[in-house]
Amino acid sequence: MVAPLLPAVAATTSLTVITQDDPTFPGTVSARHDDDLSLSWHHDIDTVPTVMVVRDGIEVDRTVGWSRDEWRRLTGVTDLGADLPVMRPGCGSMSVDPDLADRLAATFGGRALRSRHIEVAEAEDEIEALFDLGYTDGLPVVPPTPERVMRMLTGTTRDPQEVVAIVPPDLVEVTVEKVAVNAVMAGCLPEYLPWVLAAVEAACTDEFNIHGVLATTMPVGPVVICNGPGTRAIGMNGAGNALGQGNRANLTIGRALQLVVRNVGGGRPGEVDRATHGNPGKVSFCFPELEHGSPFTSLAVSRGFAPTDDTITLFAGEGPRCVVDQKARSADDLATTFAACLRTLHNPKLVLAFDAVLVIGPEHARVFADDGWDRERVLAELHARLQLPGTELVHGAGGIAEGVPAHLADATLPKFRPDGILLVHAGGGAGLFSTIIGGWANGSTGSQPVTRKVTT
Amino acid sequence: MTRFLLDPTGERHAPHREPLPRAASLHGQVVGLLDISKPRGDIFLNRLEELLVEGGAEVRRFRKPTFTKPAPVDLRHEIATQCTLVIEALAD
Repeated sequence: MVAPLLPAVAATTSLTVITQDDPTFPGTVSARHDDDLSLSWHHDIDTVPTVMVVRDGIEVDRTVGWSRDEWRRLTGVTDLGADLPVMRPGCGSMSVDPDLADRLAATFGGRALRSRHIEVAEAEDEIEALFDLGYTDGLPVVPPTPERVMRMLTGTTRDPQEVVAIVPPDLVEVTVEKVAVNAVMAGCLPEYLPWVLAAVEAACTDEFNIHGVLATTMPVGPVVICNGPGTRAIGMNGAGNALGQGNRANLTIGRALQLVVRNVGGGRPGEVDRATHGNPGKVSFCFPELEHGSPFTSLAVSRGFAPTDDTITLFAGEGPRCVVDQKARSADDLATTFAACLRTLHNPKLVLAFDAVLVIGPEHARVFADDGWDRERVLAELHARLQLPGTELVHGAGGIAEGVPAHLADATLPKFRPDGILLVHAGGGAGLFSTIIGGWANGSTGSQPVTRKVTT
Repeated sequence: MTRFLLDPTGERHAPHREPLPRAASLHGQVVGLLDISKPRGDIFLNRLEELLVEGGAEVRRFRKPTFTKPAPVDLRHEIATQCTLVIEALAD
C-alpha cells in the first residue's frame, strides 16, 4: 500500500528502506534486505511498516503502521498518500514471529549470557547428557538451551548478570542468569522466575541457613509457602492436593530452588547433604496459602506484609503429616486435638527446639470460624494447651531416655517458642483434616523462617 | 551439528590438592580437637585427648558455637595458627 509513496519521500529526504522477507520489495526504490532480521531485532521493530527518523545516527522519532498524518509529519511531504485511507494498523514484524523470536533473542541477545557452554554431540540425548553430568535431582530436566534461557529471562526486569545471592555450601555467587538456567531445567515458565529468585534470596540468608538445612542429618529441606495475588496469576494451587502433585507452578518453583542449591551451591546428597532419610519434599515442596475464603489473616500479613504483596516464606521443614479430627464441632475441641498432635513433633518429650507449620484445611478452619476464632486466638489456644510439666519431659520420664535435663523437673515448659507455630490455610473443600510440617533446629543456632517480597 | 546447553553450575573447578604428608609421630604435634557442639561429642573427644596425650602430643580444645553452621572464621584462624593437626568430632 505504501510502496508507491516511497519515491516521493526519497526525493525530499535521505531515505533508507529495509525489507524483511522479499528482497525485491518495494521495487519503487532500492532497499536493503534484512535477511537475518538483525536490523529488525536490534531496532525493536514489532510492526511493519515502521518509519524511523534518524538524526546523527540516533533515532529521534518513529511511527508504526500507516497513519497519514504521522507519515506526513515525519517525512515532511505534506500531500503524501492523499488517496489512501487515514489509518491502517500494519502487520506483525517477522522479528516477533513466535516461531522465530526465541531464536533471534538467543542469537542476538544471547551475547548477554555468560554461562559456560556444554557441547552435546549430534547423536547424544540431551536429557541423558544432563544425567551423566550430575546436574539433575534424579528426575529428567528440561535441557537449558540458550533459547529457553532467554525466554525465561523475559520473566524478570533484572539484569541477567545481577548477583542474586551467595549460595552455600560452596559460597558461589549466583546471577539472575544462573537461576534462569536452573529454572528452565526445573520446568518453570518465565512468570515463575521472580518467585524462584525470591526463594533463592531467602534461602541464602544467614537467618534461613541453607548450609545447615542441607548438611543436617534430619529429614528437612526448604518448604516454600507463597502468598499474594500473584499466586493466582501464575496458576498456583492452594486448594485440593495443594501439597501434592499436578500443579506446574507449585512443583517447578520448589524444584528450581533445590536445583540452584545443588548445581550452583554444590549441595548434593552424600556430600554436604548428610540427611539420614531425607524426604520427598527435598525434590520440591512449594505451595500457596489458600487466601480466598480463609477465615484467617494470611501468613504473610501476620509477618508484616500487605495483602497485595506477593511473598514467599521459607521454612526448613520435613514431610507433611495429617491431623485427623472428624468429630470436633467446636473450636475448643479441635484445638485440643491439634495440640495433642503438635506435642508429638519429633519426640513428645522434646520442647522449644523445633518450629512447625500448621496447614489448616478449609473444613477445620470453618470449625474455628464458626466459633469466632481468628488466627491469633487459634495460636494462643494452642500455645496454652502446649505448656508441659517438666516431670513428663525429663530424661527417663515415661521410660524414655530422650528429654530435658533433670533440673527442669519442676518447670513448666512450652512445646513451642512464642512464634514457633506458623499457621497457613490451604487444602481442598472436603475433608476434616489438617497437616503439620515439622521443622528443624530453630532460632539463631538453626534456621529461622524467612519471608521475602517477590518483585519482577 | 553440535548443539550446546548452558552450564547450570557455579563453574568452580577445584584444583587437585595433595593432602599434607602424614605425621610420623605424635611427639611435638599440637593437636586441635574441635567440638562441633553436638550432644556427647565431648565424650568422644575426652577419650581422644587421653590417647593423644599418652602418645606424646599436646592437645588444645576448641568448640563451635553451633553445629548447624560452619565454624566462624576467627575460630578457624585460631586453630590454623595454633595447631599442627586437627580432629573434628561429629556426634550422635
